[in-house]
Parts: sequence; C-alpha cells; structure tokens
Amino acid sequence: MKRFAELLDRLLLTPSRNAKLKLMADHFREVPDPDRGLALAAITGNLSFASVKPALLRALVAERMDEVLFAYSYDYVGDLAETISLVWPSDEATPSNDADITLSFAVERLDNASRSDAPTVLAGLLDRLTPESRFAIIKLVTGGLRVGVSARLAKQALANYGDVDVHDIEEIWHGLEPPYEELFAWLDGKAPKPERAALALFRSVMLSTPVQDGDLAKLTPSDYAAEWKWDGIRVQAVCEGGRHRIYSRTGDEISGAFPDLLEAMNYSGALDGELLVGHPPDHTGSFSDLQQRLNRKSVSAKTMREFPAFMRCYDLLLEGDEDIRPLAFAERRRRLERFVATLDPARFDLSPLVPFSQWEELDRLRMAPPHPIIEGVMLKRLDSSYVAGRPKGPWFKWKRDPHIIDAVLMYAQRGHGKRSSFYSDYTFGVWTGSETEPELVPVGKAYFGFTDEELRQIDKFVRDNTIERFGPVRSVRAQPDHGLVLEVAFEGLNRSTRHKSGVAMRFPRISRLRWDKPPAEADRLETLTAMLDG
Amino acid sequence: MAMQPQLLLHPRPEGLYCPPGDFFIDPVRPVDRALITHGHSDHARAGHRHVLATRQTLDIMALRYGEDFAEATQVAEYGERLAVNGVDVSFHPAGHVLGSAQIAVEHGGMRIVASGDYKRAADPTCADFEPVRCDVFITEATFGLPVFRHPKASDEVSRLLKSVSQFPERAHLVGAYALGKAQRVIRLIRDAGHHDPIYIHGALARLCDYYKREGIDLGALEPATVEGGAKSGFAGAIVVGPPSAFADRWARRFPDPVTSFASGWMRIRQRVKQRGVELPLIVSDHCDWDELTETIVETGAGEVWVTHGREEAVVRWCEINGIRARPLHLVGYEDEAEE
Repeated sequence: MKRFAELLDRLLLTPSRNAKLKLMADHFREVPDPDRGLALAAITGNLSFASVKPALLRALVAERMDEVLFAYSYDYVGDLAETISLVWPSDEATPSNDADITLSFAVERLDNASRSDAPTVLAGLLDRLTPESRFAIIKLVTGGLRVGVSARLAKQALANYGDVDVHDIEEIWHGLEPPYEELFAWLDGKAPKPERAALALFRSVMLSTPVQDGDLAKLTPSDYAAEWKWDGIRVQAVCEGGRHRIYSRTGDEISGAFPDLLEAMNYSGALDGELLVGHPPDHTGSFSDLQQRLNRKSVSAKTMREFPAFMRCYDLLLEGDEDIRPLAFAERRRRLERFVATLDPARFDLSPLVPFSQWEELDRLRMAPPHPIIEGVMLKRLDSSYVAGRPKGPWFKWKRDPHIIDAVLMYAQRGHGKRSSFYSDYTFGVWTGSETEPELVPVGKAYFGFTDEELRQIDKFVRDNTIERFGPVRSVRAQPDHGLVLEVAFEGLNRSTRHKSGVAMRFPRISRLRWDKPPAEADRLETLTAMLDG
Repeated sequence: MAMQPQLLLHPRPEGLYCPPGDFFIDPVRPVDRALITHGHSDHARAGHRHVLATRQTLDIMALRYGEDFAEATQVAEYGERLAVNGVDVSFHPAGHVLGSAQIAVEHGGMRIVASGDYKRAADPTCADFEPVRCDVFITEATFGLPVFRHPKASDEVSRLLKSVSQFPERAHLVGAYALGKAQRVIRLIRDAGHHDPIYIHGALARLCDYYKREGIDLGALEPATVEGGAKSGFAGAIVVGPPSAFADRWARRFPDPVTSFASGWMRIRQRVKQRGVELPLIVSDHCDWDELTETIVETGAGEVWVTHGREEAVVRWCEINGIRARPLHLVGYEDEAEE
C-alpha cells in the first residue's frame, strides 16, 4: 500500500511528463502482480467501489475525536480526505503495518464489503495504515483520485516499460480487465500479446504532420487529395458484433457523452471522422456550440436537442469484418462514400474533398475557408494506406494562419521543474475603456512560444518591473508608456462568461516579443470582439 | 503557598519577563539581561547587554552577529543550577538544534519551564530533549494541530535517495533552514549510506563548519558553485540550500532540478503545491501533535501556556484532558516561517 501511496503523491507533484512516465514504469517494474495492475487501474479510472460518501467519513471520524479539534484541523487543511487521513487516531494495539496491507488486500476487502459493513471495513483498514496510505484509500473509495495522469500517459508508460509501441497497447486496451496480469506477462516477455478478445475495439488513429517550408515544392499536387480540416473532436465510431463504441483519438471511450450519435450507429464497421454539432450538411455548429457537449459524462435531452452531435466522416477502417486499412486512400475513400450513403444523414455525412490543381490555389482556399470551424486543409496521399501514428509524408495538415494580436504583459507566474526559477507563465491584456484613460483587461495566459534566451529576457523584465507579489505570481508594470508588449498568436476565440473580457483564446502562445513597441500601441479589446462576430 | 506563576513570568512587548530575576527569555528587542533558548534568529537577537545561554548557542550567535553581539556573556551548562538576582534558573536539552535548551525558572516554590522550540524525535546533531517536571509548562505550538504527524525522518530521507537513483540525470535541490535542519538532513543522508559529496549553498557554510568542529560528521561538503561552467556537473547530486534560494536565479546552474523541501509544513499537500515543491520531505525540528501532547503529560504540569503557532487547538486539548491552559501572546516569533 505504501508503494502505491508514494506513487500517487509523486505523480501528483511531478510536473514533467517524462518524469511521470519514469515513475510509472519503475512502479510496474518493482511491484508484483496483482498490485501493479491495480495501481494501473486506479490511475486510469478503472477501479471503483460502492462509493463511500463524505458524510460517512465524517461520521467515522466523529466517533474517534473531538469535534472542535477536527473542525480546527479541517479548516486548516481544506481537503476532507487529507484531513481525515492525518487526524485518524492510530490504534495502539494494531500498529500501522503497510507492508502487510497490500493494495490488492485492501481492494479485496472493500470489494467484498456489503453496504452495511463497508464503514467497519474501511475503518479497520484506516486503523492499520500510515497517513499517506489512508489518503490513497480514502481518495479511492470516494472516487476523488486525481493525479494529473491521463489514461493515454499511463499507456505510454506501459509501452516504455515493455518496450512496445503504444498503439499496440491502445488497440487491446478495451479488451483487458484489472489487474491486467496477461498484459504485464506480455510486457515482461513471458507470454504472447493478448488477443483482441473483445469486439468493437479501438484502432490506433493515423495523424498528420504540419506542412513546413519547402515541403510542398517537393510534392506533386495530383498525388494528393485535399479536404477541410474540421476543428471538432476526432473520433472513431466502431460497430462490431453488435457492440457499439465511440472512442476519442487516444482510445478513451466516450460513448456515454454522445448517446444521440451512438443510437444511430446501426452499421457494421469502423469509421474515422470528426465529431461536430448541428444539422448536416447545411448547418455546422460553432466551436462554442460544440463545447456544450464536451467533457460531460452524461448529457441532458435538452442539450442533445439544441446541440445534436453528428460525425463528419474522413475514413473507413473496417467494412463489415474486413480490415481495409491496408488499402490505398483512394480506394478507402470510394468505399467510404458508398458506406456513408447508407447511414442516417442527420448523424453522418461525408467530409467533402476540396478540388485543386496547384498548391497556390489550395493556399488561397486554406486562407479563406467557408466555415469558421475549419482550421485549414488536410492533404492525403492517394496511394497511402492507413497506418497508426504520425508518419511524415502520407498526410499533411496545412492550417490557416493563426490570429495575431499585440497584448501587454500584466502578470507573471513562476514555472515548475526546469522553469521553477523563472517567471514563465504570462497573463497578458489588451486596452479597454476610453482613449484618454485606457485600462488593461486580461485576455489570456501563455507559457510557451518563446526561446530559452527570450525566457531569460522576460524573466529579467519581470524581476526588474515587479509592482506586487502574490505567492508565486508577480504583477508587473503595465502602463501606456512603460511595459512589455507580447505578440500573441492563437487559433480561435470563444465567448466566455468566466473572463472579465468576455473572450477566451484557444491555444494562445507568445509569437514575438515586441520590445520596440510602446504598450499604448497594443491592441484594444474591440479588435478581439470583432473577431468573435466575424 | 507557592508564588503565582504570572508573577514569576509574564509577557511584555520585549518578550517573556521575570520580574523577581529582572531578565527576559528570548526577547525580541534589546534588553539588559537575556536568557536565550537557542540560536534561531527570531529567538536569539543581537544587542542585549548581558546574555546567558549554552556555549553552543553563544557560539552560534557570535557566528551570526560577530563576537561583540553582547557586552557580556555567560555559559550555562545543561542541568547546572544558576541564580539570577535570586531566581534559580537551569538549562535542559530541548532537542531542537545544536545547543538548544529549555529554561527552567524557579522561585518561591513555583517552577516554570519555558521550552523554547523543541522536539522529541531522535536527532543525531543535538542532545535529546529531557522532560523536566514543573508546575507550569510553556510550550510552543508550531505544529499544534492533530493533522501534524511527522513520519520517521529516516524514511523521508530514503525517499530522497530513491529519487536520486531514479533520476540520475537531475540535481536534487533540498531546501533546509540554515541552522539545524540543514545539518540534520545532511547527517541523515550520511546515515542512510550516501557518501558522495553534498553541495551546499554559501549561506550554510559557516554553520556546517561549526557543526563539524563540534564533532558532528557531515561527510564531504562542497560549495554549490559552477566550476568549469557545466550544468551537467550537478547531475545526480544532492544540493542543500536555504529554501528561498531555489526560487532564485541561483538555482539555474542545476540541470532539470527536482525541488525538495525538508519541513514539517510539507505534511500539507496544499502547502507543497503552493511552493512548487516536487519532492516534499516531512522532516521537522519541532514536535508533532502526538509529541506535544505526550510531553505536556510527561512534565506533570498543572497548567500550560501555549505560544507561537496553533494555540487554540493545544488549549482545547488541555481542557479536554483536565489541564489548565491559556494562550500566551508573545509577538515576534515566526510560527509561519520556514522553521
């Protein structure tokens, strides 16, 4: 249990992706089955118990300590699980013994507990654990485990550990169950790769590389098909042997969030496409509309009516039970057109090809796309088969140029890890109010886009121009005649009720430092709001 | 009938004052006669005319403030009974840092122990705390909440060494208070079998040298300066410095550092996150909750005065356990500091 608790704490506090991968891979190496598999299940959100409510935890602790002392403690710590893990009185008669209580022992006890004896079982475990392990258990049973690790990152750690391709793990993942012993046996080289036993599994997606200077000069336009690059969410919709599943591009199942689309999946095959909202083909909703459907576990009937989900199809991977990924794009596209024609037109349509003969012509089209939710064009080599990952050559993305504004640096926050001694996260604003007495209003935050040398320069500016400090944040001088202008590039703009400015940028980054520009000449908020309406 | 305790010791703006003996304990302003519990700068200040303290505390004050930090000094041996203007005083080990003492003050049949800062956990760099029976016990309450439960310091150092072996390409920066904590952490690292040179920030050098002269083996210490200019020189190294240095430009000389901090505050995750600490080490030179409450019982005191920290929780605990208690409002001590 101690090892598991330690892993959780380190993952929670470690900012670096590579360090997280290392911590997980080491854990898989050092901890035996079934505990390592249960740890994996906990991290990927596949371990659940009949949940214990906070009220029950409070009742348990109230039986054990003075309520005033508990109130002081909770007030100080702020987190219920953490407070209880710390104040829980150790039982003198049964000293803490984390070595005996393995994660699997704890999971088994909790799994077998009935609703009525769950409190006793939980208290019995807490009595015998150290505070760190108590915290892990309480977070598990209350379903509040958050360690800043995505399922995708955990799969990458497995791939690193077993020295296999992460796509191989993604493709079998949904057929596996905790504690994943056959998966680990394969990664340890002691057993063959687990079969794709379950149906309607995920197929690793094919990704593109950006068009870079000089790329196109080497390519022949007639070798490629072009289509719009839609800025929704890339999904895979699989129907196999009566099972229906919708996956995100990283292989996480998201069927539950899109019951309207799921219901219309009455075919046999696997489609690759973009999830959007609206009424195809004529009305495609904006990104703000799409946001109404994102990051939700469940969705109300009203939201589904107002923002119906549909899939704009790019590719066909499985037709019936035939895996057609090895076929050329041109052939898959022909089959896709035929396939989509048989589906519910309110839920499925075809991503149209964009005819062109010269790169210059396509360049003009990419700069002025017919819909705001298009972020550029895709180029797909007509003779390319569908392969997992991001090979360079067969697929390119050629994005519309980003939006650019000049903003003024307002606040800087210290970074983490390598950047912990640098002010590296910047909040910037634009002018609003009257021309004579303008005020800055924050419009975004960015922490990349600059070089290491530029980082040093901005850091020096921040330290030399600090006017106030709040913990790790400094506010810096930002006046019409004194301040630092940042050229900020971003992909799009949404309306936002959360921000004072009323707008929220998507994917902002610092594109240039404008030491030369007086802050008074930075952009005004009206420039941004005009982009919203446009 | 014994003397009333508040006539023997009571707070004044300068610090805790003893009217019959005409002296202050750990005064925060310059006074004529000061008794000092230990060398941390919020307790041991410069500018008093006469200072009575243990030899090590006097040495540490001289290191920090110069040899002329007071007009006159007097050494108190642990356990020795001294008279100050007719009041009996004696110094007893507090287990906090090298030279730290509790001060027992006795007069008219009343004995009060002012414990200064203290801890009960074993510390190879200073003498162990000795409980002293008394009528009134003055306790600190830096970690006076039931949430503070310090784990074994050796386990914390094991986690540090494990991380060093997991991330040999990174430097581990351990923040530790310059007096006491830094030397204890270094000694614990040695006890755990790590014998590579440990790099120290310049602010630690004099005190580490002093500890070594006092016979505490800290192993090979080297200045954390860039020689040859290569960042990779610190890969796999442990660097100890004052916590404030790690947020500073100073820290840029280290490759992809893991920031660590040795402090009792590291028990609370929110504090850890606020400071941007990646590897918290819960190592404290103060008592945790269990040690505080056990010590109160052990002194046999019928009354407890609680100072700097979470007074309200300790007072509450005393009430529940039938011990008279009240907060003693002393100003000027850094209960929220970095220990």
